[in-house]
Amino acid sequence: MKLWATIRKDIRILLRDRLGLSLMFGMPVILVIVVTSIQNSTFQLLTKKNVTMLLYNHDTGALSAQFAQAVRNIGMFRVLTVPEKDSKSVVSAMRVNDAMLALEIPVGFSRQLAVRAKHTAGKALNSFGLDGDTLTGPAGVPDLVNLYCSPSFQESVRLSVLGSLSGTLQAMESRLVLRNVYVAINEKPLPDSVENEMLNAQPGIKAITTGNGNATVIPNATQHNVPAWTIFAMFFIVISLSGSVIREKMSGSFIRLKTLPTNYYVALLSKQITYLAVTTLQAVVIFAIGIFLFPYINLPVLRLPSHMWSLLLVVLVCGWCAVNYAICIGVVARTPEQANGFAAISIVILAALGGLMVPSFAMPASLKTMMAISPFHWCLEAFYRLFLEGGGIADVMHNVLLLLFISACLQITTHIILKRKNLI
Amino acid sequence: MAVTNLPAVRIHNLGFKYSGQEHLFLSDLNLEIAVGERFGLFGPNGAGKTTLMSLMTGLLRCDEGGVELMGRRVRASDKKVNRLFGFVPQEYALYTELTPVENLQFFGAWAGMSPRQIRKRSAELLGILGLREVSNKAVKHFSGGMKRRVNLAIGVIHDPGILFLDEPTVGVDVQSRLGIVEYLQSLCNNGTTLIYTSHQLSEAELLCERIAFIDEGKIVACGEMKALLATRGQHDLEGLFLSLTGKEFRN
Repeated sequence: MKLWATIRKDIRILLRDRLGLSLMFGMPVILVIVVTSIQNSTFQLLTKKNVTMLLYNHDTGALSAQFAQAVRNIGMFRVLTVPEKDSKSVVSAMRVNDAMLALEIPVGFSRQLAVRAKHTAGKALNSFGLDGDTLTGPAGVPDLVNLYCSPSFQESVRLSVLGSLSGTLQAMESRLVLRNVYVAINEKPLPDSVENEMLNAQPGIKAITTGNGNATVIPNATQHNVPAWTIFAMFFIVISLSGSVIREKMSGSFIRLKTLPTNYYVALLSKQITYLAVTTLQAVVIFAIGIFLFPYINLPVLRLPSHMWSLLLVVLVCGWCAVNYAICIGVVARTPEQANGFAAISIVILAALGGLMVPSFAMPASLKTMMAISPFHWCLEAFYRLFLEGGGIADVMHNVLLLLFISACLQITTHIILKRKNLI
Repeated sequence: MAVTNLPAVRIHNLGFKYSGQEHLFLSDLNLEIAVGERFGLFGPNGAGKTTLMSLMTGLLRCDEGGVELMGRRVRASDKKVNRLFGFVPQEYALYTELTPVENLQFFGAWAGMSPRQIRKRSAELLGILGLREVSNKAVKHFSGGMKRRVNLAIGVIHDPGILFLDEPTVGVDVQSRLGIVEYLQSLCNNGTTLIYTSHQLSEAELLCERIAFIDEGKIVACGEMKALLATRGQHDLEGLFLSLTGKEFRN
């Protein structure tokens, strides 16, 4: 009766706090949509020809035309061929065309590439014990092409672009070397069929996503972001709940509660139940958005794990951990300002440590050890086991137990502080 | 029968100091308040009235001596002791987001009442205190006087035998004050023990039979109001107050 009356009181107060509700539901939903959209566009950056490249071909040889076509065939760029201009105007042309990259093929490209190929072929023949002297040319040929990159172009993507262009150039040079060697040995041109057979049969690489044997989920921005930002949303209640605890603690109503024949733990238990329901509802809302709304805004649809009971367990344990953290802050802090400030900053720090913002494998070693204290890390790992690896209850049990341990520590801390402050 | 002979409140050799203080803030306090008595506790700001009330209600713990309510020693969060009294603190001890009815439902449940008892008692109290028409409006929209009346209603929802009132009419209009005083008088007529602090001395004259003045942590005078007035040659409580505590500002 007392507990039910307290839960009803907490629900009523919560429902009348529109700002708090919008913080707990509206903000995380916006965050999930925005972050997933941004990450999705990054995922698609190099696969859907979203990068514009200006192409300046100053060379008139056949090889430069072949190279330009090969660059188009890579499939990463939207190539705009620009009339001949001097290098100084490249930067302004990039701005005008909103291009991140510009590729300049200088005069003499075809000739230099041919010379390089001859030189390499000659060295190869000499190493076979054949006479390759007729093919050797000058070594140390300067760079063949110039690639201009916008300063805002991400380093990781720039390296990927360089790798692709370098591979294309390498393939052209290999073809020329092969032709030269063949002519030198057989004194006739290399047949097209042989050339294609030798050069086009590239070694295949099969990318395999690790996980449970029956996992069919392909990792994408949605599968990564929805679980991650659901955890963030759950911990976002820390601001509202710790504020609620401290407001109650500071108000006259707390004095009255202490003089009534009911233990304050009833009030804390009520808050735990009420806000656990809130965190569960947050997860339901965000997952529903991933399933039903995302396809309409051109984002990959969220695929829920097949082990729904495991998902429910992880949602409840993560939510309970967030609730305990909030209550602990509310009990420790002396003013709402202290609670709000600490809650907001600590959530961001714990989220960063937990791998929500930067993948945990990319963190420095010193921070990796600190990751263990962040409940975000254990929550995120448990969600990824279910959403990305197709795991079941056994796969998340380790994380669940650790989160329960963190929750127990928070509860004990709360109890000690309540006792020390003579609040119970 | 022995229980009925016990005083409602018994304070014996009470000493108390706040943490960090060297000397006792309240020292060697002795006081008995009989069952059904209307007792007023007065003194300048910072004299120790609210501290003493907090000690009597178990919100603070005595360093020396002790307090008993109906023969039971007061301890923090003691359910049996907490059932004996009601408390109307100086602050609005309620949830302003809730309506008066919702506040009474919640605090009634915490006082150990059944939903049926709460419904019946709430209807009665809201009628007596003139809150029936606004019983379903959030308290945050109420005037100061209305909030005070809700504050009082919550303090008496469980019909306590002893009622502690810490400045229950501060900041309210004349009508609300009269309404509250009349209701408190009716409670006393029904046998409720009233322990009351206020700076509204004219109101106290209407309400209290016996009074005590507390200053600098000590009881400086205690007795029947009429007898104290006569002893000090004063006509009203304000004169008596000033004669006992002086005219200097207190910080």
